[in-house]
Amino acid sequence: MYTQSLDTDPLANDPKEVSDKRELELKKRISEGYVVEPRDDMPERYRKTLIRQMSQHAHSEVVGMLPEGNWILRAPTLKRKSILLAKVQDEAGHGLYLYSATETLGVSRDALYEDLLQGRAKYSSIFNYPTLNWADVGVIGWLVDGAAIMNQIPLTQCSYGPYARAMVRICKEESFHQRQGFDLLNEMMQGTQKQKDMVQDAVDRWWWPALMMFGPEDSDSIHSEESKAWGIKKKTNDELRQTFIDVTVPQAETLGVTLPDPQLKWNETREHYDFGKIDWNEFWRVVSGSGPCNKDRIGVKKKAWEEGAWVREAAMAHAMKSKGR
Amino acid sequence: MKDNSLDVMEMPLFEVFIRSANGLEHRHVGSLHAADAEMAITNARDVYVRRNEGVSIWVVPSESITASDPADKEMLFEPMKDKIYRHPTFYNLPEGVQNI
Repeated sequence: MYTQSLDTDPLANDPKEVSDKRELELKKRISEGYVVEPRDDMPERYRKTLIRQMSQHAHSEVVGMLPEGNWILRAPTLKRKSILLAKVQDEAGHGLYLYSATETLGVSRDALYEDLLQGRAKYSSIFNYPTLNWADVGVIGWLVDGAAIMNQIPLTQCSYGPYARAMVRICKEESFHQRQGFDLLNEMMQGTQKQKDMVQDAVDRWWWPALMMFGPEDSDSIHSEESKAWGIKKKTNDELRQTFIDVTVPQAETLGVTLPDPQLKWNETREHYDFGKIDWNEFWRVVSGSGPCNKDRIGVKKKAWEEGAWVREAAMAHAMKSKGR
Repeated sequence: MKDNSLDVMEMPLFEVFIRSANGLEHRHVGSLHAADAEMAITNARDVYVRRNEGVSIWVVPSESITASDPADKEMLFEPMKDKIYRHPTFYNLPEGVQNI
């Protein structure tokens, strides 16, 4: 069955040398291209690593609806409103694909969601920043979704089948997200000086947080090595960040905006752009709950969950009543 | 739903299958929670068919599916591996024989 996996690892209580051996065997098979499916026997550490990464990913998608949702009622035209609605609906869909894939590892949806609402689970730091002007919606599409695509494409090849399949669907849709963002900004850049200034202001505020989306530098990333060995992560944080910068700089030139990093410069020998130092203190502050909007984001989710309780109850009562008929 | 009480708040899980076009089979695409099958169809449409991905949806309560146990893999599938005579490539044809 796709969605019901073994709740516990029957071999979890093995002596350490046995579990180490199982882990090594699986890592080897994964490196040879083996794909793990839901009910397959898997070491507890692999399962835990997947649950952590996949649920954080799912939470990021659903929290990610909020910064842009803020602008649905304020979109300047019907065309932009329709696009934004479709985009925010996609984010909900992405969250649902990922929650459903995570459930195949034997955790319940409600338990995962409860972790988010209680502040026990992490989600992408980027969504704790406010969306202050309309151009933010474009910049989120261009930079934030652009960075997300960079992160997510390698995951379509990851070692866990349901996660990889969810990522294929997500990546296809993200590409619309990034383009509509670029298109929105491009249109504003043809407009008045005030509109151009709005775009530049948004780029100035989102550029560094977007670079932080790839996570800490490789030397400080506790989970990176482990995830790589399990085939859950294919490229390191620094590799992905560099690729993102390399492809984004020319796009910024086309748009006519300046990226807020005086040290950003093409390096002939490395054949990559050099860039300035990222403020990791800010990153850790935001991830651990003290970003500009952390409280607000979780507050909104909690309110929606609590105020929707009667709807869920009524739906269940109706379903049971109809069943009895 | 294991019992009739409302404290079991999590809605039942359904597996979703989509036929992408007539002429093709329904294919498993994922799962979702819904109070009943009708709601599952509506939700499946919003979650899995936002861009013309399908023309028909099946939803099946997950608990109704019986799956083979991965531990039985050998017993179920291994015996087929040594029956290579079931494949046409097992047979060598004399040179020049055509349309066979």
